[in-house]
Parts: sequence; structure tokens; C-alpha cells
Amino acid sequence: MTVEISTPLTEEKVKDLKAGDKVLLSGVLYTSRDAAHKRMVKQLEKGGELPFDVKDSVIYYVGPSPAKEGEIIGSAGPTTSYRMDPYAPYLLDRGLKGMIGKGDRSKDVIESMIKNKAVYFAAVGGAAALLADKIKKVEVIAYDDLGTEAVRKMEVKDLPVVVVIDSEGNNLYETEKNKYKII
Amino acid sequence: MREISVNLITKEIKEMCIEANCYVSKDILDTIKEYKNKEESPIGKDILEQIQQNAEIAKNKMMPMCQDTGMAVIFCEIGQDVHITGASITDAINEGVRQGYEEGYLRKSVVKDPFFRENTKDNTPAIIHYDIVEGDKIKITVAPKGFGSENMSKIAMLKPADGIEGAKKAILNIVEQAGGNACPPMIVGVGIGGTFEKAAFLAKKALLRPVGNYSSKEYIKDMEEELLDKINKLGIGPGGLGGRTTALAVNIETYPTHIAGLPVAVNISCHATRHSTRII
Repeated sequence: MTVEISTPLTEEKVKDLKAGDKVLLSGVLYTSRDAAHKRMVKQLEKGGELPFDVKDSVIYYVGPSPAKEGEIIGSAGPTTSYRMDPYAPYLLDRGLKGMIGKGDRSKDVIESMIKNKAVYFAAVGGAAALLADKIKKVEVIAYDDLGTEAVRKMEVKDLPVVVVIDSEGNNLYETEKNKYKII
Repeated sequence: MREISVNLITKEIKEMCIEANCYVSKDILDTIKEYKNKEESPIGKDILEQIQQNAEIAKNKMMPMCQDTGMAVIFCEIGQDVHITGASITDAINEGVRQGYEEGYLRKSVVKDPFFRENTKDNTPAIIHYDIVEGDKIKITVAPKGFGSENMSKIAMLKPADGIEGAKKAILNIVEQAGGNACPPMIVGVGIGGTFEKAAFLAKKALLRPVGNYSSKEYIKDMEEELLDKINKLGIGPGGLGGRTTALAVNIETYPTHIAGLPVAVNISCHATRHSTRII
């Protein structure tokens, strides 16, 4: 079953999403990877503000390749999420409701997702040209000096993702492997 | 003595950087098609389908198949009868990478210092492996390596008593730990023997082998087949979301080693496993 949802990702929308749901996501996403997360958390620790309104927002863990002339963006598939695990709970506590990446998350992150009612989506790693096609508008909104790792505000239409960890902690990375394991 | 100008080397490297990043090699595409047809997991099948579509889009639009266009790993086999003229070959190779990553709209993913991490802005320096061989040609392979898979690679310094079974166990363990993080389906490069760094180098070189080619040593071929089968029975599947397509190939290279050692290096690569080779 495929569901179409749009940002902002409110708690009501999050509660309806279950691990295994195929989603076509539209609306605004904010991009951030290792370096930008480190800066953002440092800002928060100093009592500062984030470069965007994180409440009910979705972050896409991506560092895109450069856009050709006339194109909006280069290739833009997900990066491996576990590297953002040390930072994610800080943002989840402040209202982050969705994360898009690939690969499993730590126990701390999953607990924070359950506590804060957030959801984790996976996009297909390496389907970067295909995913780029769903991105309709991009602008750098913070940390321009980080190049590919800058925070970008993206508008997407029908980005194909899968709910891999839902707000109750159901985790496809755990459940699916066992279905296909042959001992 | 055959003279080869560095300008030619720069040009070839530039083109190969772009080529390797935009075209998925035929052996990989054929194998993905074969596995997709027998994949039992619906999510898994869907992911393999997206990978195939992505390859088509990347080729048609000359876009990188993955946004992680990697560190440029370059193998340069120089014939000992070649005289390289013009400038330093290392500089020429790096210039080729610089041009390729700029003109090809490839991502600049290299930082100057591992801790201060300032981006070098041109994807240099490349990682260059030189080898001197007989003859008067230069064989260059550009194999961009993304770090999703690279980060999942490991070396196990086993003891001789661990033997084949110990090696298989170590390899399987490393692949299982990688799980979905290396963008399965993976290609698993294994180097057994040599020293710590030789084993790792062999594991990386093993990734260049066309999918479907096995070792010429019968007992190693058996290991490769058995490991591929066992890995695909782990259930990790495409994207780590369950299925029977976890690896497309296991390629093992061996080398003589010390009487006290059994280094086993596993270099994991994803379904992109990019490489382009030219002979000058």
C-alpha cells in the first residue's frame, strides 16, 4: 500500500505511519549531514537557534552532487544515517518529526523517536539520479561554506521512501532480515 | 623506450572519472537483473527495480549514479619501458581527477585533514596505487570509492590455526555487521595473505574483477561460491530491508604470507562498484 503525505509532518500524520508503509512524500525537506548536524547541535548547546524551524519538519540526510547548468540539483540519494545518531535526539527533542536516510539507527535514536513520536524513512541508497528527479526546488539556507554538506531547503514531489522505523519502534531492519534468513 | 606525455594521462583520467560515475558496468546490471527475477522479498524486488531505473537515468542524463562520487582510487600499471614526460605523473593524475570532477559535475568529497576536515574543493588528492610491470604501456583503472561501503570494511588478523573455516567465519561476520549500511546488494572484495596493508590492497583490487569471474584456484573458487551462497542466506537483502539478494559476488585474492600470520581483509563495495580501465 502506498500513501501520499505532505509536510509539515504533524504528530497525527506520524502516528498513522507504520513500518513497511511505502510513502510518496511531498513538501519541504531540510538537508543536513555530519558537519551541519555538528554545527547545529553546537549552536543549541550554546543556547542558540537552528537555521530553520525544526518543529514538524523532516530532515533528509543527503550531500548532493553539483547541479548541471539548467538543472535544480545533481544526484541526491541518502547517506548512511548512523553517523547522525549522536545528534538526532537533540533535534527530535525540539520537534523534528521525520528523518530520511538509509541503514539502521541506534537504540538511543529509536527511543527518542518513540518518546517524541517521530518516524524514520529510508530512500534507496544509490538511486540518486532517480531521487533527484523528485526534487523541484533547492536553496542553501545555512553553512554555505560546507559545500555539499550545507543545509538546504528542498521542495519535493512524490519522493519514494519507505517507513523503516515507525513511532512505536517497529523496525524493518530487524523484522525483515529474519523473514529471509536461511540457517 | 616509449614516451608518454602526462597531458595524455590527465585527459584519460578525466574522462574515466566521469565515465565510471555515470555508467553502471554491464556485468553488474546483468547480475542485478538475474537476482531481481528470483528475489522473493517484494520490497527487495522494488529496490532492485529502482536501482535498474536509476542506472538508465544516470546513463541518459550523464549524471552520477550515486551522489557519493567517492574518493578517486587509481591503479596505475606502468610498463618499465615507458618514459613519462612533461611533469610529475602524480600531479598529472590529480589534475585529471580535478578536471573530471569539475567538468563531470561530480561531488567534491575529500577533506584535507582527517580531524579538521576542510574540504579540498576538487576531490583531490586521489589515492594512487602504482605498479611497475613489463612492457611499454600504461594501464590505468579509475575506481571511485564511496564511503558508505568503505566504512563497513575491516581486516581480521587471524592465526594460521584458524584456517579456511576461520577465514570464512571472519568474512561472513564482517558482511553481517555491514548489514544495510553498505547499500546491498554488495560486492565483497577479499584479500587473504601478505601483510596488513597488502591484504587490504588485494581486497580493493578484488573489487575490480567482473562479476561472475571466479578465482583460477579451485579451492578459492569453492570458497567464493560458498560465501556468496551463505551471504545471500543471511536475509539482509537489497537496502538491508530483507531478501535473498545481499551480495552479487565474493572475489578473493590471495598472496604468500608470514609463517605466523593469516591476514583476512574484507573491502565491501556497493551495487555501484564503479571502475573504468584504459590502456595507453
